[in-house]
Amino acid sequence: MLRLAPALVITLLVVPVGAGLAMVLLPAFGYLPVLGGHSVSFAPWQMLFAQPGLSRSVAVSFASGLVSTAIAFSIVVLFLAASRGTWLDRGIRRLVSPLLAIPHAAMAFGFAFLIAPSGLMARLISPSLTGWERPPDALIINDPWGLSLMAGLVLKEVPFLLLMSLAALPQLKVDKRLMLARSLGYAPTIAWLKTVLPSLYPLIRLPIYAVIAYATSVVDMALILGPRLPPTLSVSILSWFNDPDITRRFMASAAAVLQLGVTLAALLCWWLLEQLIRLLTRNWLINGSRQRGEIALRLIGRSALLLSSVTAVAALVGLGLFSLAGFWRFPELLPQMLTLDHWQRSGPMLAKPLLNTALIGLISTTLATALVLATLENEYRQQLTPKRTLWLLYLPLLVPQIAFLFGLIVAAESLGIRPQLSLVIAGHLLFVLPYVYLSLAETYRRLDPRWLQVARSLGVSRNAAFWRIRLPLLFAPLLTAFAVGLAISIGQYLPTQLLGAGRVTTVTTEAVALASGSNRRLIGVWALVQAGLPLIGFMLALTLPRLLGSRRRELAT
Amino acid sequence: MSVYSTDQLRLEKIHIAQTGHELLAVDTTIYPGEVLTVMGPSGSGKSTLLAYIAGFLDPVFSASGGVWLGERDLLSLPAEERGIGLLFQDPLLFPHLSVGGNLRFGLPRRIRDKRQQVTSALEQVGLAGFEERDPATLSGGQKARVALMRLLLSKPRAVLLDEPFSKLDTALRQETRALVFSQLREAGLPALLVTHDHADADAAGGRVIELG
Amino acid sequence: MPMHRNPLRGTLTTSITATLLALAFPAMADPEPSDWQSVMAQAEGQTIYWNAWGGDARTNRYIAWVAQQMQAQYNVDVEHVKLDDTGSAVARVLGEKQAGNDNDGSIDLIWINGENFAAMRENDLLFGPFAESLPNFTLTNATENPEVVTDFTLPTEGYESPWGKAQITFYYDSAQTETPPQDMQALLEWAEANPGQFSYPRIPDFTGSTFLKQALIELTEQDEALYQPLAESDFEDVTAPLWTYLDELHPHLWRSGRSFPDSGPNLRTLMSDGELSLAFSFYPTDAAVAVMEYELPDSVRSYVLEGGTLGNVHFVAIPYNSPNKAGAMVLADFLLSPEAQAQKQSLTMWGDRSVLDIGHLDADAQALFEQGDRHPSELPADALANTLPEPHPSWMTALQEAWLERYGVN
Repeated sequence: MLRLAPALVITLLVVPVGAGLAMVLLPAFGYLPVLGGHSVSFAPWQMLFAQPGLSRSVAVSFASGLVSTAIAFSIVVLFLAASRGTWLDRGIRRLVSPLLAIPHAAMAFGFAFLIAPSGLMARLISPSLTGWERPPDALIINDPWGLSLMAGLVLKEVPFLLLMSLAALPQLKVDKRLMLARSLGYAPTIAWLKTVLPSLYPLIRLPIYAVIAYATSVVDMALILGPRLPPTLSVSILSWFNDPDITRRFMASAAAVLQLGVTLAALLCWWLLEQLIRLLTRNWLINGSRQRGEIALRLIGRSALLLSSVTAVAALVGLGLFSLAGFWRFPELLPQMLTLDHWQRSGPMLAKPLLNTALIGLISTTLATALVLATLENEYRQQLTPKRTLWLLYLPLLVPQIAFLFGLIVAAESLGIRPQLSLVIAGHLLFVLPYVYLSLAETYRRLDPRWLQVARSLGVSRNAAFWRIRLPLLFAPLLTAFAVGLAISIGQYLPTQLLGAGRVTTVTTEAVALASGSNRRLIGVWALVQAGLPLIGFMLALTLPRLLGSRRRELAT
Repeated sequence: MSVYSTDQLRLEKIHIAQTGHELLAVDTTIYPGEVLTVMGPSGSGKSTLLAYIAGFLDPVFSASGGVWLGERDLLSLPAEERGIGLLFQDPLLFPHLSVGGNLRFGLPRRIRDKRQQVTSALEQVGLAGFEERDPATLSGGQKARVALMRLLLSKPRAVLLDEPFSKLDTALRQETRALVFSQLREAGLPALLVTHDHADADAAGGRVIELG
Repeated sequence: MPMHRNPLRGTLTTSITATLLALAFPAMADPEPSDWQSVMAQAEGQTIYWNAWGGDARTNRYIAWVAQQMQAQYNVDVEHVKLDDTGSAVARVLGEKQAGNDNDGSIDLIWINGENFAAMRENDLLFGPFAESLPNFTLTNATENPEVVTDFTLPTEGYESPWGKAQITFYYDSAQTETPPQDMQALLEWAEANPGQFSYPRIPDFTGSTFLKQALIELTEQDEALYQPLAESDFEDVTAPLWTYLDELHPHLWRSGRSFPDSGPNLRTLMSDGELSLAFSFYPTDAAVAVMEYELPDSVRSYVLEGGTLGNVHFVAIPYNSPNKAGAMVLADFLLSPEAQAQKQSLTMWGDRSVLDIGHLDADAQALFEQGDRHPSELPADALANTLPEPHPSWMTALQEAWLERYGVN
């Protein structure tokens, strides 16, 4: 049974993505009988390229993916290099999981409230410093080049890349490397960059690629922060797929293929940059420069991550304020009055979406965790080294959702599978599983094999050793992986909306639907609920092991 | 009368190779109550030998030869049925179990008076009343003693020791050595010790095979 | 021995299968709208997925109230599927039809009007006629109120049932603006004098598109052409004055016309933030409700342009492949009841105007609609007398495309 696990996992992930892509590729060239297209043609492409502003949409999607990832990556790397062992390091480590848990849409709302011309930041300095009695007429959110979108993406990418780095670092024996480099006269930040980063990068390359793929094709964040005239490619695709005019669906399919191309091009571009930087820094690594730039790097490293974390927290505070706000005129920093009205009115409507969210999240994450454990345990028992085929696991993270989900619906509908809860759960599994794997695999493989050898030499079977030794020893990382899975599931918008035909409502679909009405007070309520759910998951993941293992010191740390 | 079985451990024409290059060859028999020491520098394959006997050989190695405990062919059995006890340089007490839990973990399931056995095992090594303690709160020497008792309570038919004293400081090392070897001798088990410390070999007092 | 296939057996199997299939799916036959008793009986216990735009908390609140009533009064379960764009529901039904899903569709009722209705009719995606068989339909007094059976100049022919009435209504903060503009020319002058303080939702949003039509009706000399299908006139010629006007207006709009608000409700938020000083809504009571819910200051006042503003009726329709048509009809009928219509019109619920001919209702029913004192931010009672009818839906699509062509990339 266990031997089937890897094949099962790969099938579960590859078949839907493949079917979805096929059902997008065919109509992109005019062929899809169920939609009334019977002949191969380039008409959808001609129509697509005739759309006003297409090249700008493509450029913004491409650029926002690369730029936001590059900034987030630099922030994380410089922070790790510059802040080892400081109070900042310890504080941020504690903050990173909760920040990771906040869904993209909620973060986007909060960030928009913060930086809008009438937002919290402008209110903080108005009218005292600026003299503004009315908000300035400045195009900050939805700016044509997607700068606010990129900033919003950075806020979400930083905690993710940081968590992935923190998970990979222990195997590099950083302390020994640094001790050695510093004994050779290297300043700490430079020492980290020269001795740790080159080994760390290969370990977090895959998460970085996932971030690029996500950022080039993000929908919910781009709807809120992205440009409008024209919107990003992904947002245009969504509106074309939703158009009552059937010929637009063929064009939308062509655009989805284009989106896949844009994402792949961004990945390729990043890979080329990797090679270039490797070439350029080859000499720097060994040129013996030990101090130069230390102070500047240290300052940037500490302040940039602090800034992005404070911004993220301030965005949440803004959501909270709006959810309680009575009338709130510019430039008042605080609402004239606070009221619980918005919460009370939303209360009764929260129950069902909350239940659905919890149900979908728990089931999909439990399934994903079980499959990941089975795959890893099989790998251990067969004493396999991680295979190259495993990168297929990450396919759903590298192929843009918007590029295959619509095709997946067509495929399912053709097979007579109707939109329903179980389909939504299966859809979430596609995205939850790779993330659970990403957060668990390294810890799982690194667990000292002698624990299990001792157990078995004491007469315990492999299965019993798995349940009685491995799982308890991995309890904390397992819970963290579970919490990551939950957070991913809770944040899913497009798969929930499409695979459930809108019938399966979660706090995220409700929050995004409300967003089109732009009532900030209600958005504040829903976004807070949306952010609060995964937060609870992470809190439990952090505190449960301490509560249960309070007597066992080594396990708790 | 000893409660332990008194089979001999036969290592029959064992050859271990890595990518075609032979690491070691052993052909010997270890008798009940004897401690055979295998010595060699790191990389000589002595731990690999233990992994082969215990059933955890990494597939990058290829091995041939037989391992017999009395009449039983160990290579045909899964690790947990071989009756081979292991002692590593780390005590490897399970951190999620108490001291007593660790000892009970090793006890065969059908044994009745588990509590009694655990209590007397702890008394035997001067740790009376430690049942509920968290292993993390024990000193290095205490941990080593618990690990030894856990091994013995599991009623192994032979014991493999992988540099079990190398992490202890000098004073503690001698004391622990004496305790381990006396317990093994009393149990009348065949034991295989791998080490690079001559003092270990001297204390074991048995034959020595040099590798490398 | 060779096996000879018995031809009779083959036929027999086929017919048995056919019978079994027919037995297994007895509900496949559509209900007969004129036989209301059996419609009511069939509706019992059905679950209706009502796809309706979910961007407005007030609408959502009202639909939640309707769901409660339907459960209590008719034992029909109503689930609100919140859309961010009605077009996506049309696209879904179309997709289901193309995939051959003709009797197990995922949508039972759609909140719809205008070009979405036209698109669904054109593709035969609607069930009907049913609307005129609903018992409460007579309360609309359709013969004297033809707007309840006309959708953007198209006769509804019973394929959708009227639900509510909307009319473009402007509002402004009287504490900052004393005399708001009363027509399009005045609006341009006002915008020049107050740069950055007015905007309209980005096309193809329906409120934004309605603003285009409002401006077009006022600016063009060829009003009659707008009420015929587009193909019968010269689009460039008819719309030229509109583009000249917008070219002049845009530099004075919010963000200098480089970005536009998302939606009608987004205008309200921008008013609330003090970014805009003049805005408009499709719901005449919008500003008053927003004041009651702390979104706008109580100095806000509503008005209608002197030459009148565009108004329309919005409807509910049943997709042809809904498996719960009986329940959907009972729901559509309940929405027309004086009780439901009065609730809808109440400012504490939604504030959407009734499609019933209130003067013709009996006294008890009329009493339901009395709301006491008018809210100061609400329109005066007679302000909505001058309603301009909606142009033919083909104009809307063409205007949207032309707008995106001109202003879609900044």
